[in-house]
Amino acid sequence: MRNRTLGFWLQLALTLAVSAFLGVPILQSMLAGVTRNIFTGVWKSGLTLDWVGQVLTLYWPAILLSIEIALGCLVATLLVGVPAAYGLARAPGRLARLAEEALVLPVAVPGLALALAMVIAYNGWGGFRQSAWFILAGHVLFTLPFMVRAVLAVMASSDLATLEEGAASLGAGFFRRFFDVVLPNCRSGILAGALTVVTLSIGEFNLTWLLHTPLTKTLPVGLADAYASLRLEIGSAYTLVFFVLIVPLLVALQLLVRPRTAKPLSQDPS
Amino acid sequence: MTSPRGRMIAGLMILPAALVFLAFFVLPLVRLVIAGGEGPDGWAGYGVALADARHLTSLAETLALSIAVTLATLVLGGIPGLFLARNRFPGRALLVSILTLPLAFPGVVIGFMVILLAGRQGLIGQVSQLLGGDRIVFAYSMAGLFLGYVYFSIPRVVLTVMASAEKLDPQLEEAARSLGARPWRVFRDVVLPGLKPALISAGAITFATSMGAFGTAFTLATRIDVLPMVIYTEFTLGVNLAAAAGLSLLLGAVTWAALALARSAAGAGVAAAG
Repeated sequence: MRNRTLGFWLQLALTLAVSAFLGVPILQSMLAGVTRNIFTGVWKSGLTLDWVGQVLTLYWPAILLSIEIALGCLVATLLVGVPAAYGLARAPGRLARLAEEALVLPVAVPGLALALAMVIAYNGWGGFRQSAWFILAGHVLFTLPFMVRAVLAVMASSDLATLEEGAASLGAGFFRRFFDVVLPNCRSGILAGALTVVTLSIGEFNLTWLLHTPLTKTLPVGLADAYASLRLEIGSAYTLVFFVLIVPLLVALQLLVRPRTAKPLSQDPS
Repeated sequence: MTSPRGRMIAGLMILPAALVFLAFFVLPLVRLVIAGGEGPDGWAGYGVALADARHLTSLAETLALSIAVTLATLVLGGIPGLFLARNRFPGRALLVSILTLPLAFPGVVIGFMVILLAGRQGLIGQVSQLLGGDRIVFAYSMAGLFLGYVYFSIPRVVLTVMASAEKLDPQLEEAARSLGARPWRVFRDVVLPGLKPALISAGAITFATSMGAFGTAFTLATRIDVLPMVIYTEFTLGVNLAAAAGLSLLLGAVTWAALALARSAAGAGVAAAG
């Protein structure tokens, strides 16, 4: 080990402090979710899974609906987004760049404003407006740009044109090329996009709060409800359930997106 | 593939996405603009709403909050990001995981984290009471929202700065040092300019998120008058469509402009690195 400078220790201290700022409330909520009584403390009252059980009975429909919407969203963004990324990658010129910019717009506008516009536009369509399909439509609109961008990034970095030309010169038709050459080469982008879409959909609240009805509550809508009206332990237990769903997705995404080899540093940069 | 057939295939592939975009983005937005003009004041309703003193105060406060959050996050996320990118030590991977975990937490969960830290039964209050002082509680105010948005935005800044710092050329710094530059000069004149595109990009995203986020404020209190909360109350309680529509469009324009800046900065960064 090299001799560390003062600068190193100061930066480490700040890094640890910021990590504590982010990590401590997460641990707090996970612990509170399995503590019998948070006011007397975990040591005196002991651990329990009662709160988690209560959350599952109270909010199971909301949790299930969120998973269904996330999977529906995944299917829709795969069917719509991957071809769109391909089209954008292959279409030359300004029009394609313009279309690319336009498709990203729904992410640039706050979810609340988007939802407000959707509610006003589809207010007359009772059946659709009241159903979970309406929430799904909002989620697809919001997550589609992430799928398109993830796939487009991989398409842009691999030399798709040459690969396709090679396949075409061997007599492969368009569908053959798309499924046997294009898609396998974009696997990592599709996977990253898929994880992002599912993660965002499960946690989406800004849009969903205006789009939902009492019969189409999603997991985060239930969370807001639990935080506002139920005891701290139940809110925490519900948050724990959410973490159990979302953290594996986030970890997978981190492992996937992380650059494979970090450059080793030749000297101590302080 | 510039053949007519190629163009047609590309167009057909984009078509479904374009239809989703038209049906759930363009059409609703047009309806929103029209609905805003159908109030008792007609199109003048927009002018009335945007000149309203309460709305202007809310706009100013939201802007101030977002700028403060952006500056604080760039410091609190930038230094750990740079540090973690350039040092290897035991436990580093764990710190990276903790610092990037909240990246996709919804606003409501961030709000709950703030309540656990600074709420009525929060950690900060308990510690301050143990130390003999008053129970410090600030979750349900603008300060709580500040804490929440910083919490939410640190992971993005850490990730962006780490990615950018790993691409910096160590030889430039070595050259500066060999020419006798002190560490602080090296940082200011070599490292910081190299990180600038990343900082601008992450900062603009942080700013846009803080302007438009709704879930955290919703969880903490309905009395925090940030712009999204005002839009929400105008729509649900006031049924003032002109105000809700006008402020939504204004908010959308601000966040769009900030994110366009982020993208162009990131683009410049890529160009400079390549």
